[in-house]
Amino acid sequence: MPTSLLWGLANPTRFMALSARVLPWMAGVSAIVTATGLYLALFSSPTDYQQGETVRIMYIHVPAAWLALALYTIMSASALGTLVWRHPLADVSQKAAAPIGAAFTLLCLVTGSLWGKPMWGTWWVWDARLTSVLVLFLIYLGILALWRAIEEPGQAARAVAILTLVGFVNIPIVKFSVDWWNTLHQPASVIRMDGATIDASMLWPLFMMAIGLTLLALTLHVSGMRSEILARRVRSLTLKAADQSADHRRPLPLGAGSAGAGPA
Amino acid sequence: MMAALRALLVRDLKLAARVGGSGLLGVVFFLMLVTLIPFALGPDLNLLRRIGPAILWIAAVLATLIGLDRLFQGDEEDGSLDLMLMSQVPLELTVVVKGFAHWLTTGFPLALLSPLFGLLLAQEPDAMLSVMATLMVGTPALTFIGGIGAALTATLPRGGLILAVLVLPLMIPTLIFGVSAAQAALGGTVPFLTPFLVLAALSLVAIVTGAVASAAALRGGG
Repeated sequence: MPTSLLWGLANPTRFMALSARVLPWMAGVSAIVTATGLYLALFSSPTDYQQGETVRIMYIHVPAAWLALALYTIMSASALGTLVWRHPLADVSQKAAAPIGAAFTLLCLVTGSLWGKPMWGTWWVWDARLTSVLVLFLIYLGILALWRAIEEPGQAARAVAILTLVGFVNIPIVKFSVDWWNTLHQPASVIRMDGATIDASMLWPLFMMAIGLTLLALTLHVSGMRSEILARRVRSLTLKAADQSADHRRPLPLGAGSAGAGPA
Repeated sequence: MMAALRALLVRDLKLAARVGGSGLLGVVFFLMLVTLIPFALGPDLNLLRRIGPAILWIAAVLATLIGLDRLFQGDEEDGSLDLMLMSQVPLELTVVVKGFAHWLTTGFPLALLSPLFGLLLAQEPDAMLSVMATLMVGTPALTFIGGIGAALTATLPRGGLILAVLVLPLMIPTLIFGVSAAQAALGGTVPFLTPFLVLAALSLVAIVTGAVASAAALRGGG
């Protein structure tokens, strides 16, 4: 039951204990898979008959693009978790995912640009796919800015959740932009109804890189969530301490700050 | 309920018109932008004629931002937002009325006066009319998308800049279809009505999502 698992982790202390045990394994596995994927992509896969060596940029570019969309989708699911189910870790997950998603979106734009210069003869075109990914990056930046602008974490979480859900309209636009507008960017070739159209010798390194980078993103996500929970504990302890030093007669309540997810 | 909403509309329009309000400031800003651009580009009438609709649309997007940061902030500061939150009138409707009042003082006068600005940009009468039609139909989308950002930043001390960062990416589709409809009227492969109807749809969707999202933001932000 995935829902009961989600709610089982709702207690931040339990999440911290479990993630502390799982995290080294995740990091190790993602390092091994990414390293294998990089070896396959950079050394053992063939060069393309048209693109030559530059085809190897694809092995970073395509997984980065997938992860840019996937992390925004995680953020939107977390935003629903914040607004609808009031899950105590949903906003922590949303906050941790935002910079990772922004980084992969930037990586996707930069690698695409590096590939575009030799292949298309230009660093940038105002093509539908490129433009919609740039808008995705701007939305990520807006979300990060709003997180920083509102001081109280709970209030910031609700505001960012609303913005995240409104911005989700861009995700299907990015995904289907190559089908709706026939422009310079090539159409989908891996996830298609009639099967992938790229050769197995390139598909396997691509999948390896996709799995490796996804694991890397998940590792970063979990460790980002851990540091956010710790930061909130520090924040609530600091507030308690400040409160106490302002009023010496009031004793510190037992187990203060152990809840972790900020002041209620 | 209708009486309450009408009273709110009249109040917001009065606030915009009186000292300290931003009524018609958008139009002055619009005029400034339209004046600045030929200085930057050079007074080449053919060039201006070609890019005129795009200039007017960009000016409309920027002018919409005027006063948007005060859309809910003033009410938040003087406490009237709390009264709106507590009243029997659904907050979504209140948001729609406030957005409508903002549009009446920014988007609507811009659209009405756009032929005059089109004159400065060497637009043909046909082009003026089509730009006016697209602005009339498209600026509500800009206002209500902007309203979401205004609601999210209502409690922030200096929300104006972050408001622009939040809502400008979301305004891009409206800008694309507004300009493409205006260009289509000047001739091209697409008939005018196709992008124009998409633009109208964007406005209708923006009013609904803007009302729901802004109301949620105002309830959560308190």
